[in-house]
Amino acid sequence: MPPSEGYECDMFPDYVAMYYKRIFPYNQYFRWLSYGQDLKQCFQKREFCFTLADDVYVRFLSFKDQEDMEAEIKKRCPHKIDIGAIYNFRPKDHKTVTVFSPRSKELVFDIDMTDYDEIRICCSGAEICNKCWKYMTIAVKVLDLALRQDYGFKHILWVYSGRRGIHCWVCDASARMLSQAARSAVAEYLQVVKGGDDTNKKVTLPFKLHPSIKRAETIAKKYFTEVVLEDQDMLGTPERWKKFLKHIPDQGLQDTLDKLMPQCSNSSQRWNIIQSEVTKAINKGDKKSLKKNLLTEIILQYTYPRLDINVTKGLNHLLKSPFSIHPKTGRVCVCFNPQKADEFNPMNVPLVSQLLDEINAYDGEKSENMEEYKKTSMKECMVLFDSFLASLARENNVQKAEENDKRLEF
Amino acid sequence: MEFGGRRALRRKRIQAEASYSSGLQFYKEPPTGNVSLTEFDEMAFERLKVLRAVERLNLSGYIKNSEEWITKLYEEFAKNKFFIILAEKNTKSNTDEVQKARRQDHVSHFILRLAYCRTEELRRWFITHETDLFKARFLQATRIGSDIRNFLAINNLHYTSITAEEKQSERENLLASSMNVTGDTMEGMTFYKVPFIDALELVRQRKVFLKQGYAYVPETDLATLVTSSFRSKLSHDMTTTCRALPELDSDERLVNLLHDFDQRYTGKDYSSKKHGDTCRITPDMIDTLANKSFPPCMRQLNDTLRTTHHLKYNGRVIYGLFLKAAGLNLEDALFFWRSHFLKNMDVDTFDKRYSYGIRYNYGKEGKKTDFSPYGCIKIIMGNIAPGDVHGCPFKHSDVAILRQRLVAYKVSNQVIDEIMELVNKRHYQIACQRYWESIHGVPIDAGINHPNQFFEESQKFLNGGVQPSQGKKQSEVKTTPTFMYSSQSSTQSSTQSSTQPSTQPATQPSGGNTMTVSEEIDMYFDDDIEAAMLEQCME
Repeated sequence: MPPSEGYECDMFPDYVAMYYKRIFPYNQYFRWLSYGQDLKQCFQKREFCFTLADDVYVRFLSFKDQEDMEAEIKKRCPHKIDIGAIYNFRPKDHKTVTVFSPRSKELVFDIDMTDYDEIRICCSGAEICNKCWKYMTIAVKVLDLALRQDYGFKHILWVYSGRRGIHCWVCDASARMLSQAARSAVAEYLQVVKGGDDTNKKVTLPFKLHPSIKRAETIAKKYFTEVVLEDQDMLGTPERWKKFLKHIPDQGLQDTLDKLMPQCSNSSQRWNIIQSEVTKAINKGDKKSLKKNLLTEIILQYTYPRLDINVTKGLNHLLKSPFSIHPKTGRVCVCFNPQKADEFNPMNVPLVSQLLDEINAYDGEKSENMEEYKKTSMKECMVLFDSFLASLARENNVQKAEENDKRLEF
Repeated sequence: MEFGGRRALRRKRIQAEASYSSGLQFYKEPPTGNVSLTEFDEMAFERLKVLRAVERLNLSGYIKNSEEWITKLYEEFAKNKFFIILAEKNTKSNTDEVQKARRQDHVSHFILRLAYCRTEELRRWFITHETDLFKARFLQATRIGSDIRNFLAINNLHYTSITAEEKQSERENLLASSMNVTGDTMEGMTFYKVPFIDALELVRQRKVFLKQGYAYVPETDLATLVTSSFRSKLSHDMTTTCRALPELDSDERLVNLLHDFDQRYTGKDYSSKKHGDTCRITPDMIDTLANKSFPPCMRQLNDTLRTTHHLKYNGRVIYGLFLKAAGLNLEDALFFWRSHFLKNMDVDTFDKRYSYGIRYNYGKEGKKTDFSPYGCIKIIMGNIAPGDVHGCPFKHSDVAILRQRLVAYKVSNQVIDEIMELVNKRHYQIACQRYWESIHGVPIDAGINHPNQFFEESQKFLNGGVQPSQGKKQSEVKTTPTFMYSSQSSTQSSTQSSTQPSTQPATQPSGGNTMTVSEEIDMYFDDDIEAAMLEQCME
C-alpha cells in the first residue's frame, strides 16, 4: 500500500511519540488486559514486547499496573508493541526462575492478504485495495460465525493489522485457558485451505460435508460471483482459466472445458459452463477421480479464510497489539465490528498524522477537557471497544464471583 | 473378591491386595504390596514385549484400530501367552489367575513408567504405545460385549448423553459430522455431549459436530474420548514421575534394573556430533551436493533458495537444521544464508532479521537448545500453507509437478511410474527410497526415515564405494502408509518378527532394523499433538 496522504514515513518516530503521549487509550487498554483480576495473577505476568527504533526488539517486558505501563510506553515510544502470553512468573524476572512457561493467552488468528496473492489480480504483496479486501470480509464472516456457533465464544475482538490483514483476539476466559494441543486442534478444525506453492488443489473434502463447511460455503457463495468472477476475473484470460481448470482432477474433463472456455465472453458464463459440465460428469459416475464435492472444494479454495495457523497454535506467540501504528502506512490498528464487516474500509482507517491534525483542529475551536482520542476519528472504534469491554466485564465479574465461592468452600 | 479368611493367599509371592473388577485399567493409583526383584524384571519385560508387539503391528500395514488390526494384535498376545489374555477374561470364570494377571497388568505398567519417564523421547514412545494398547483393549472389550459401563463408572468417566429431542433437532448436523453414523444407525445410537477439549482428536479432523463449545460424540467414537482422557492423564503422570526420579535413584536395585531398560533404546536422532562423525560441508559444496546427495525435500528447498534467494520461516528452520547435521558449521551457515539473502536486502537488514534465527538453531541464542533436524515423519506431517516449499515432495506436491521434477532430476520413466504408484498408496518414504536407489544405481536396504540419513547413505556410497546396507530384499515386508524411523533397535532377537532376517547385527550402521519405531525430539509440538498426529498418520 503506498504511503497515505498526509503521512510521511520519515516522520514516524515523531508521530509515534505524540500518539503515545496524547492519544493511546491507556485506560481501556488496561481494563482489557487486566480482565478484572488481581494484578498479581494476571496483568503483572503478561509479556509485552517493544520494537524500538532500528528494529531493536525488547522482549519479556512486564508492568506493575497501568501507571507503570503508561510511563514506560511514553518513555520509550515503541515503534511496535506486541502482546504475548501470561506466564507463571513476571516476564521481567524470567531469568531468575528455572521453569518459565506460559499459562494463558487469548486465542488469536492472523489473516494476511499476501496468502491470497494467487487468487487476486488487483494487487500483490503488501498492497491492498477495496476489491481484494472483500476476501477479508468473507474471512471475518466465516470465522466469526464458526467461533461463536461451534465454540460458543462471545468476546471476540477483530482488529485491522495496519496494512494488509486482520487479527482476531478471542478473549473469553475459556479461550485464554486453552492448552497448546487445544489451540492446535481448533486451528486445524478451522483450516480448510492447505498446501504450498507446489500444491494446486488446496481443498479436499470428505464425502459428507461437515456443518461448518456447509455454513462457510453458504457465506462464500454470496460473494463468489462478485469477488472471484467479477472483481478478480479469475476466468478472464486463458492463462487464468487454465490454472483454474487444473483443480479438476480429470484431464479429459479439463480438456473438454478448456475448449469450451473461449466460447464464453466473461468469467461468469465460464463458471456456469464449468458448473454444469462438472455436475454432469459427477452424476454420470464413471470417473472415480471426480468426487461429489468438487465444486464446493473449488469455491472454498477461492474464498475460504487462509489462516496462518502457527500464530494460532503457539501459546507463547507474540502478536501485534491493537491500537499500534503501522510504520509503513501510518494507520492505526483499529478494531471493527464483524457484523458490519462489509462496511469496513481499510482506506478510511485513521492515520496517525490525521489524528493529530484533528486534535489540533478541535482544540482550535473549542477547548474541552476530555480524552484526546474523542476529538478524532478514532472515537468510533473506541465506542466499539467500550462495548466489548462492557460485556467482557460481565464475564469477568461472574468469573471472580465463582472464584471467590471456590475459596470459601472447604 | 473377599480376603476374609484367605490367609493362604497372603503367603503367595504375588499378593492381590486389591481386587480388580475390570479387565481394563486406567492406572490411576500405583500398586501396593510387595514384588520380588525377579518378578519386577519379568513383569516389566513381558509388558515391554506387549508394547513392542503393538509397535510392530503399527508398521505392518493394517489400518490402526481396524478390526483386522485388533484381531492380529490379540493373536500375537495369545501366541505369546501374554498376561493380557488372562487379565481380560470374564470374571465369572477363573478368579485367582485372572486377578493375578490383572495385578501384573497394573504393576508392570507402573514399573515401565519409571523406566520411561527419564527423557522426553522415552516418555513419548511409552505414552504413544500404552495409549495404542489401551485403545485396542477398549475396542476389543466393546466388540466382545464386556461391561464397559462398569469400567467407566469405576473410573469416574461420566459422559452425558443427549436427549431424544436434541438428537431429533440436530439430526442433520449429527449425520453430516460423524463418519460412522448413518440414517439407519442413528436411531439406536447414543450421543454424548462433552466439552470440545475432551474430544480434541475428533475436533482436529473435523469429524464431530460442535455446538456452543460442546462436541456431540456418537457412541462409536466413545473409544476416542476415553483414549483421549487416558493419554492426557498418562502424559501428566509421566511428567510428575520424572520429577520424583531423584528419590528413586537412591535405590540401587531399581537403578540397575531401570538403567538397563534405558540402554536398549539408543539410536540416531542426528542431534549432536559424535566422535567419528567427521563429515563437514562448506557453502561452496552445497549446490553440487544438493544435486547428488540431498533428498528431494532438501533439494527443493535449495532450488528455491537458489532462484529466489529467500525462504520462508519453516523452510529456513528445516533446511538450516538439515545442513547443520550434514556438517555445516555456524560460521559457514551464516556465510551461506547471507550470500543468498543479500541479493534481496542489505547486510544490516540481514543481521537484524535473520542472523539471530540461524544462531538460535545452532543453540547459541535464547534457550540455547541444539535443535535436532526434522525427520521424515515430522516433515510429512507438517503444515504447508500457500507460499511454502518445505514439505515432503512425495506428499505435498501435486502429482503432475512431482513427475516434472523427477524428470528434471533425470529419473527414468519406469522408476517414475513406480514412484507415482507408491505415492498414490501414500507410501511416501518408500517412494523416497526408490528415488535414492534410482539416482545411485544400487538398491538400499534401509527405509528412508530421515533426510540426513538419505544424505549420509548417499555420501557413504559415493565416497567409499561401499554398498549400502545390503541384505535380503525386503519383499516380504508389508509396506505401510508411512514408515517410522526407530531409535530403538531391538536386541531381543526372540521377539523379532519373521520379516527381518534374524542374523542382522544390532550395530547396523544405517539403522536397518525396520521394525522398531521412534519419535523425534520435537520442540514445536507438545506430547498430545505429536501423538495425535502420529495416530493420524497411521489411519
